[in-house]
Amino acid sequence: MDTAHTTQAPTDAGHGALQCLAFRLGGQDYGIPILHVQEIRERSRLTALPHSPPYIQGVLNLRGAVVPVIDLRARFQLEPLGPGGPAAVVVVVSVKGRLAGLVVDAVSDVIQLGPDQCQAVPEFEGHAHRRFLSGLATVDGKMLILLDVERLLNPDEWDRIGGPSQ
Amino acid sequence: MAIDIRQFHQTFFEESQEGLAGMEALLLELEGRLASGGAGADAASSRETLNTIFRVVHSIKGGSGTFGFGWLADFSHLVETLLDDLREERRALDRATVDLLLRSVDCLRALLDALRTGAPVDRTVIEQVSAALEDSRRALPGDDTGSVLASGWRITFRPRRELFRSGNDPLRILRELATLGELRVEAEASALPAWKDFDPESCYLGWRAELRGRVARAAVAEAFAWVADDSELEIVPLAADAPAEAIAGPHRPDAPAVVKPRGPSIRVSTLKMDALMDIVGELVITQTMLSQSAANFSPRELPRLLLGLAQLERNVRQLQESVMAIRLLPLGFVFSRLPRLVRDLGQRLGKDVELRLSGEQTELDKTVIERISDPLLHMVRNSLDHGIEPPAERRAAGKPATGVLRVHACQKGGSVYIEIEDDGRGLPYERIAARAMALGLLPPETRPTPEQIHELIFQPGLSTAAAVSDVSGRGVGLDVVRNNIRSLGGNVEVTSQPGRGTRFVIRLPLTLAILDGLGVQVGTEVYLLPMVNVVESLRLRREAVQRLPGGEEMFKLREDYLPLMRLHELLRLAPRSSEIDECIVVVVEADGWRVGMLVDDLHGQQQVVIKSLETHYRRIEGITAATILGDGTVALILDVGGLIRLAQTRAGGRREQPVVPLSLPGRDPGSAASTGCGLH
Repeated sequence: MDTAHTTQAPTDAGHGALQCLAFRLGGQDYGIPILHVQEIRERSRLTALPHSPPYIQGVLNLRGAVVPVIDLRARFQLEPLGPGGPAAVVVVVSVKGRLAGLVVDAVSDVIQLGPDQCQAVPEFEGHAHRRFLSGLATVDGKMLILLDVERLLNPDEWDRIGGPSQ
Repeated sequence: MAIDIRQFHQTFFEESQEGLAGMEALLLELEGRLASGGAGADAASSRETLNTIFRVVHSIKGGSGTFGFGWLADFSHLVETLLDDLREERRALDRATVDLLLRSVDCLRALLDALRTGAPVDRTVIEQVSAALEDSRRALPGDDTGSVLASGWRITFRPRRELFRSGNDPLRILRELATLGELRVEAEASALPAWKDFDPESCYLGWRAELRGRVARAAVAEAFAWVADDSELEIVPLAADAPAEAIAGPHRPDAPAVVKPRGPSIRVSTLKMDALMDIVGELVITQTMLSQSAANFSPRELPRLLLGLAQLERNVRQLQESVMAIRLLPLGFVFSRLPRLVRDLGQRLGKDVELRLSGEQTELDKTVIERISDPLLHMVRNSLDHGIEPPAERRAAGKPATGVLRVHACQKGGSVYIEIEDDGRGLPYERIAARAMALGLLPPETRPTPEQIHELIFQPGLSTAAAVSDVSGRGVGLDVVRNNIRSLGGNVEVTSQPGRGTRFVIRLPLTLAILDGLGVQVGTEVYLLPMVNVVESLRLRREAVQRLPGGEEMFKLREDYLPLMRLHELLRLAPRSSEIDECIVVVVEADGWRVGMLVDDLHGQQQVVIKSLETHYRRIEGITAATILGDGTVALILDVGGLIRLAQTRAGGRREQPVVPLSLPGRDPGSAASTGCGLH
């Protein structure tokens, strides 16, 4: 895919301004570096993958590429989005040429984060999904969780189902 | 005019490799003639062969000189000199010389590969062969100066005034000299006339040069080959005070000059290109026709539109076939490596082997060709080492002393078959069984069937100890061969008759990009079964299915009992119905197994483009790849062999049975391994 190559985004929120795509998931705001985002699509029919972790919802056809779709609610062990609620959206992200779709509740905004707005995730024993978080930011007084997209897409992580980091 | 000559590198490498392959074949042919003692009778054709070989080396030398591959140029020069002596009958062709030339081919290949990939070269081998080439030249009687290797040469070169008029350029000669070693040149300008008498078309200069390095006199003289008659030329050895480091002559810093590969390329016959152009032409016509009928569309245009669409479909199919054909290469590319292998190995093992190749023109996808080459060579090596007996043993068994190894290729449907058959001693059934029992692959005290033995030889670790030699049994076993072949979507099977020989049959898909598949529905999902695996489909009555004590379901198909695999269970899906009589059984075959696969429904047969799942995801057990259906959704392609193995491991977990199938239901020993395409 010629579109698969975006420049490597800065994953540490520490230096410089960071442009983020903000989205909502289970009532919480999350953000991913905009440079990883390739496109946003409606959730279409997926093809299920046998012998795969439960949060890999299946694969979709992205203009000829067969792309896995990760359900972030399932990944973070949140309640599934009930029927009748808002329709989920798929954010297609790319890391080092690998593509994946992330199912989120809704995309809200593109925001500019200054270095002073971001901080590291505080150490907290037993937090199950800390390793997928790259930092925390404050936007309009509310917390925005920055995700480590590279780690989310790493196949080695797919078999470690939600266990605490270390 | 700046031309980046690197753009020609790839072509040079390809042509050189092709030339070398041809040279190797011709050398083997010469050797064969020498062996049969008929060298004198067809001296003319031998000379013609030598000429052809000479041209190959000469082109490599020329090309490497042009591109500045110094080391390669030096080496090919040595080979060329030897060939020239043979051609001019200054020396007789004998087996030792052919052997030396064959070794030179290997060196040239290694050097070319090193330049192409940047991999390091085994210098010692090349130096050995270089030394052998120089020695063979020195040993020549009657040759005075050509072979003398001094530490350097003092060259005095005074061309005649008319030099330029014959199109020669002294600068080019001096540059060529500079490629041979360390060169220091002084111009003699004493003959320059006064300005008013100066004729720009005359050469007034002379040169004195000192060339340091271990260079043959002939190499120096050759630089002047075109002008020697027109000039005053003196080549004298330098005094022995040359610095020692100059000995390092042929490997100057330019040796590791690596050429960046421009990605793999393929040589396509112009016939194939023309066919492609024709189809594209038709496609343009169809497109024009379609846009015309769309531009002023009325219901009356409908037939025309439909006609256009039908035409478009035909064009696209033809286009697809032609593009696939471009990727196809004849198997001869791999087969051409076999004569040399068989010769060298036969010599080393002390066995007389006649290699009979057929079906070289069978075409296969380039990727498949590249990846089948090593497994194939391995199997040929295996047959020579384990299969064919030494001459004495053969005579004792009442067979001709010379063993026959047949390698045959043919295409049948969407598959290509390669058969490797020897007339040797056959598989040592007892020894394999004993070894398997020792390894715990077989329960002790069983009498395995031939089919089980055939399966056993593909198990890792099963090398019958008595048979291990330095040729085979070096870590790469038949298990690796089979895995390689399976990863290409093919398979390998073996049949053997004690004392009569062994036959391996490799089946490969014609192409890796397109697949003929049967759509099957399981629950809400559609999967594709590769047509090569599909035997037939049928409906079963509930009472036709029986259960074994372990819980496995079996059904009777005509004469045989076949295991029934419920696809939804293997893929852990919810089926639409679990009632047997509402489902369809597709009988599939893979790796010599035949099973019934229970699915909810059949969708038609279709050709699909294979998309790797591993690009963005990873391998999934029981799935080979994905594809995109006509409606834009993704469908997964089933790996029938993998699913059967999966079912076996699951069943094996319950029964704790060894990996070797103890019953081969529905298996007809002859049919799966025989391709019936011409050998018997």
